[in-house]
Amino acid sequence: MPAAEEALNRIVDDLKKKFGDKVLEVVIEPKKIAKVLVAPECIKEVAQYLKSEWAMDYIKGVTGVDLSRLPDKPQEALEVIYHVGSMSSEDLRGVTFSLSTKVSLSNPVMPSLTGVWRGAEMHEREVYEMLGVNFEGHPDMRRLLLPEFWSDKPPLRKDYAVPGRER
Amino acid sequence: MVAEEVKSVEVYEVGPTLTFSMGPQHPGTGHFRMVITVLGDTVVRCDPDPGFVHRGEEKMCEYKTWITNIPHLERPAILDAAGMVYPYVLAVERLMGVEPPERAKYLRVIMAELQRICSHLYWLGLMGVFAGHATMYMWCFGDREYLVDLTQLIGGQRITHSYFVPGGVRNDAPAKVPKELVKEFRRYYRMMLGRDYGGEVPEDFRRYALAVCEFFDTRLDEYYRMLLDSSIFIYRTKGVGVLRREDAVSLGVVGPVLRGSGVRSDTRIDEPYDAYPYIKFNVPTMDGCDSYSRMMVGYYEMKESVRIIEQAIEQMPDGPVKLKQHPVSIRVPAGEVFASAEAARGQCSFYIRSDGTDRPYRVKICSPSFRNLIALPHLIRDVRVADIPIIYWSLNYWPVECDR
Repeated sequence: MPAAEEALNRIVDDLKKKFGDKVLEVVIEPKKIAKVLVAPECIKEVAQYLKSEWAMDYIKGVTGVDLSRLPDKPQEALEVIYHVGSMSSEDLRGVTFSLSTKVSLSNPVMPSLTGVWRGAEMHEREVYEMLGVNFEGHPDMRRLLLPEFWSDKPPLRKDYAVPGRER
Repeated sequence: MVAEEVKSVEVYEVGPTLTFSMGPQHPGTGHFRMVITVLGDTVVRCDPDPGFVHRGEEKMCEYKTWITNIPHLERPAILDAAGMVYPYVLAVERLMGVEPPERAKYLRVIMAELQRICSHLYWLGLMGVFAGHATMYMWCFGDREYLVDLTQLIGGQRITHSYFVPGGVRNDAPAKVPKELVKEFRRYYRMMLGRDYGGEVPEDFRRYALAVCEFFDTRLDEYYRMLLDSSIFIYRTKGVGVLRREDAVSLGVVGPVLRGSGVRSDTRIDEPYDAYPYIKFNVPTMDGCDSYSRMMVGYYEMKESVRIIEQAIEQMPDGPVKLKQHPVSIRVPAGEVFASAEAARGQCSFYIRSDGTDRPYRVKICSPSFRNLIALPHLIRDVRVADIPIIYWSLNYWPVECDR
């Protein structure tokens, strides 16, 4: 899909030009992923820009990743990735853009993007319970899938070991 | 076990409303609970409470190897195992930088479409039950049997077949169909359509599959006359649970729910994968935005799936069905990938991060039911209590797929 790759390149270039140093890292690999990493303070601004300028109005998912056990460069951080697409722009059909940010493992707080993408509500609730990221400004920050009596660590963190299983 | 100590008790002012649980043992909802607040017969609030069948698939993925992940990743939606595991297989292939052989691409498409029909038949059949039309359930399940038989012939199992592997499919389709099955199909054909099958039912697999497709297409027309065109069904579903186009997009719903709100979006067209670029088919959409539109989209999708299977069977080339690689331990380079495929309930996406070892570092499943979940509290508001099952089931919500 060369058209989609081209569109993603244009978005990434535009973000680099518009936000300069705030864009911390870019991962762009054809057919795999197009990801832009920004600081948590400005993620809301970037998301708002993506929605208004690039018609990225459709949320596909929110992923949380614990980076503390990466073999090559472990970091005491959690990465939160928003996978978004567009339904109103015909050129961007089938394109998935990933906007991500890193929060520290000890104090994982970041602004909620439910104000930008309303559909992120359940996704953020899932990241909250599974990785313990606190989304500020979320309308309904409760647990979703885990049992009410769950009192262990957030289970998708790497330091939580599944009882009875060995890696 | 130590009993949990009650630390505090909260008392709510309830006023004239009444709050109660719908589920998790409700006969229709499956293992899923909705906390419903009603004022008289009108629902004022619906709070979905998923998680009763949460099994930690994503955590489990980090413990199992790339290949041994496949069987358990099918479990969230056993009726649609192919649709669930399809994006995983695509994602792993993209990380590895390999393409499956041509024949495998067609076999995958046939399997995915067969399972889409099986899943939609379950949807339509249960919708009949919800709308007080139990015959539809019997019809759907009777006809589904012959499609499930095809799945079994190709993949070896009726539902969870673990047929897809990165780099192709596990085995080729057989050349011949067992005699008993042919005989049974002939009997069923006469029973349901009231006439004999013209000529001998073929024992050749390709021609037998085409015969089943043709039979099922005829049956679909009867479904329309029996349920979808019946005034009772229309009365129960039309104008019920209206999800406007802009809400559908901003809430991020997928599949027949999105297309029932007039958005023409389908992963098979938007980002075509495997053999879909070579196959002609329509993406049905409806503008009614209500439960009726969603059901009709599902119905027309079954018609399109039959067309896709017929074309795929005719176009399928000969050749190998799998790349030469180690059957259990495959090497996946480090990297990140986000891949999507159109499952029966809508777009299913996987985010996979690999660290170059024999297991995934992180697997995130963006399942269609989870993405449709947010539409529930939006739709079940200011409606009659009796409409809750219709709205709920028109989303084709599958609790296991949502909870993973």
